Amino acid sequence: MKEPTGTTNLRQVIWASSLGTLIEWYDFYIFGSLATVIASQFFPKTDPTAALLATLATFAAGFIVRPFGALVFGRLGDLIGRKYTFLLTLVIMGGSTFAIGLVPSYTSIGFAAPILVLVLRLLQGLALGGEYGGAATYVAEHAPPGQRGFYTAWIQTTATLGLFVSLGVILITRHSLDSDPMASIAKFNDRGWRVPFLVSILLVIVSVYIRLKMQESPLFAKLKNEGRTSTNPLKESFGHKRNLKMVLLALFGATMGQGVVWYTGQFYAQSFLENACKLDFDQSRTILIWAILFATPFFVVFGAWSDRVGRKWIMLGGMLLAVLTYRPLFGAMERATALPEHWPVAAGSTSQEELQQLPNGDRLRKRTEAFDLANGMHVVGITTDTLFQHQPETPSKSTTSITKSVPTGTYWKLVGIVFILIIYVTMVYGPIAAFLVELFPTKIRYTSMSLPYHIGNGVFGGLTPFIATLLTTMYATDKLVGLWYPIIIAFVCLVIGALYISNRIDPDVND
Amino acid sequence: MDQVKRNAGIIWMLMGPVALYFLITMALAEIERKPVLDTKIQWGVFVGVFTPIAIGLTIFGWYAFKGEYDRLPTRSEEI
Repeated sequence: MKEPTGTTNLRQVIWASSLGTLIEWYDFYIFGSLATVIASQFFPKTDPTAALLATLATFAAGFIVRPFGALVFGRLGDLIGRKYTFLLTLVIMGGSTFAIGLVPSYTSIGFAAPILVLVLRLLQGLALGGEYGGAATYVAEHAPPGQRGFYTAWIQTTATLGLFVSLGVILITRHSLDSDPMASIAKFNDRGWRVPFLVSILLVIVSVYIRLKMQESPLFAKLKNEGRTSTNPLKESFGHKRNLKMVLLALFGATMGQGVVWYTGQFYAQSFLENACKLDFDQSRTILIWAILFATPFFVVFGAWSDRVGRKWIMLGGMLLAVLTYRPLFGAMERATALPEHWPVAAGSTSQEELQQLPNGDRLRKRTEAFDLANGMHVVGITTDTLFQHQPETPSKSTTSITKSVPTGTYWKLVGIVFILIIYVTMVYGPIAAFLVELFPTKIRYTSMSLPYHIGNGVFGGLTPFIATLLTTMYATDKLVGLWYPIIIAFVCLVIGALYISNRIDPDVND
Repeated sequence: MDQVKRNAGIIWMLMGPVALYFLITMALAEIERKPVLDTKIQWGVFVGVFTPIAIGLTIFGWYAFKGEYDRLPTRSEEI
């Protein structure tokens, strides 16, 4: 048995690992959170090739490159060690994020801009694929046997906190560039969006400095000293039936369901509030921020609890609750934000018209109407059409979009619902690092646990918002139809997990 | 319980190709409905990514059917 690492040293291990992982998640999320602004800067829809690159950036980074990064860096982590590998992923991630903030826009350098952004986004996905497995393994290999769930749960908080920090930095930057709120948002959309990317480099420098001072994992160092490290981790992980069957079990019995529950609770919930419920930009994000703030401690609660009762039933309990309650919970969000059948206007309805000259001589007409409804909701409707230069009396077909702001009571009700959704996330995600670490032997642990984690989260989870939204466009009559994707995946995973996974806590990962 | 695990293996074995069939059918229908490059890439990525996963599910089912999960290893030497 290894000597348990001292408490002070263990705190340093958790701090160094968690900070770096949090920064990696922050870096990865700001791109997604600013997708609309980035698209207007680098991927104009008027140019089909640029739009194509946008699609590739979205899909490739999240769904193809992440598992590939898991293989590349997992192998490296099992060959040269955990410390230097997750140091490398941090530098790649931080460097790519900083560089995205420096890339000139499409209007300045043309096609080079979207190509550069695509390459940097791919590097981000690659780095993220290698980071998590290293951090989780590193902490678990330092943790005392009976507290592996508790200590690795700190790593589990970082994904959610990374989202929290990214949303916070974006909102603060968006509102602090000018004393006039509208001017501030305009400046943010023009150049200010670069700030969250550039800030990343400072965070990365601090984190690299802290991580450089850390020691290699004691279990890996011992294996290396004894010359017992794997010579071909990929072959040993996936080429031998005895380990491959455990990789498949981890994927289909745990990470697949965990991934969809995570992405539904944190990402599809926000997308649903913004696109299906038509909540305004700030409210849809601050609701998520509050819910994350209240729910994050539960990662550690469920991680620690899993040390006593086992990992399996906590994770599967989260999946079961998700399967049973997703439709009622999202239905409640939809009802809470629905417009009344007749719009009783309380006061202060305003109307405004703007004309914008286009380069071809046509004019873009934007009519904004705002209403304060009797139920306390504030609704803004924007109708846009084009007045043609030669036929101003026959404008183009108009498009109308509405956004809503809900009153305080409804706002906190929505925070409560999203909080419940994130509690499910904490149940499935809190214990999973300890679960995965205990499933595989030290010499191929980094490789073996990284792949099912990133297929479960990157592919099954990462596709959740997209597939759910796609389903709502295919079956437009039911706004909740998109939830069938996470419900079915979580249900299949729940059955497989209940049947095949063991609730046994491995007392010794020193093998 | 072991018999239930083995019998359920047949379901997982079948679920792989069935899921893949539905995915490909849906992809072809969507591409036909909206034959632009974006749609082709999106569905191409879906099919490309989910095909090895569906094969993995079938292999998982086969292992379950053969009783590989009747008893899980408790020590690394068994892996």
